[in-house]
Amino acid sequence: MNAPVKSFAAVSVAVLPPVARLNLRIAPADLDTASATFGLPLPGKIGQGQAKGDRAAWCLGPDEWLLHAPEVEQAAIVADFAAVRALTPHSLTVISDREFTIAITGPSAQELLSVACPLDLLRMAPGTAKRTLFDSAQVVLIRDSDDAFRIEVWRSFFPHVSELLDIALREFACGL
Amino acid sequence: MLLIHCPYCVDTLPELEFAYAGEAHIARPANPMSQSDEEWRDFLFIRSNPRGLHAERWRHIHGCGRFFNALRDTVSDKFSVTYKAGRPRPDLEKAVQVPK
Ligand SMILES: [Zn+2]
Repeated sequence: MNAPVKSFAAVSVAVLPPVARLNLRIAPADLDTASATFGLPLPGKIGQGQAKGDRAAWCLGPDEWLLHAPEVEQAAIVADFAAVRALTPHSLTVISDREFTIAITGPSAQELLSVACPLDLLRMAPGTAKRTLFDSAQVVLIRDSDDAFRIEVWRSFFPHVSELLDIALREFACGL
Repeated sequence: MLLIHCPYCVDTLPELEFAYAGEAHIARPANPMSQSDEEWRDFLFIRSNPRGLHAERWRHIHGCGRFFNALRDTVSDKFSVTYKAGRPRPDLEKAVQVPK
């Protein structure tokens, strides 16, 4: 009777299947090596993203990148970076299990996020990502298109973020 | 909401993403053993606490993660300029001086 509303015409919220997530810290001068190792040109400006096939990368800080790839490729990526570590010092941390990814899609996706996201989302271009806050939880917000966002949130913060989105969804569904 | 310009992100972002981190340009003495008790006390605890422009450290903790410096007016809370860590304090008083 009171099953939580997860989706209606204007916006829907879904938890995405697992993906390999890696956090890369490397000197910007060595970006070419990292790009060759990962197989796509890593973006040089904070916020920018780059995708190729089913791999993607976003620049989160002056020397920090978030990498996504299919789960089955995770071990190979770790091995590839380990092979260049001797000559190109860097840190690569597997964070796949640290986070869940929530997809927020639909014409009202941006409005739904504004419930707890302090960013001016009108200024956020498709294809970019930012580390920011969702209410009090630190998240990485990815914008795939005008109507499609992803929130990457730590497992321990997930119940809080998920609950807030559910409440907002129900309010939206009621026309509030 | 107060908006703060991060010199690393080159973007102006909500205050919620940032954390204050005390007065800027306080260099730790290279050889602490050479310091008198008074000098060491001053380094640890004594801050300028001005009324007006204050050079202070901020960290974009929920963003790019970087520390940077800012000149903020302690009366109006207005940020005049932010600049990367390691850069000298901009001479803003001189720059904005209006002839009478
Ligand atoms: Zn920043």
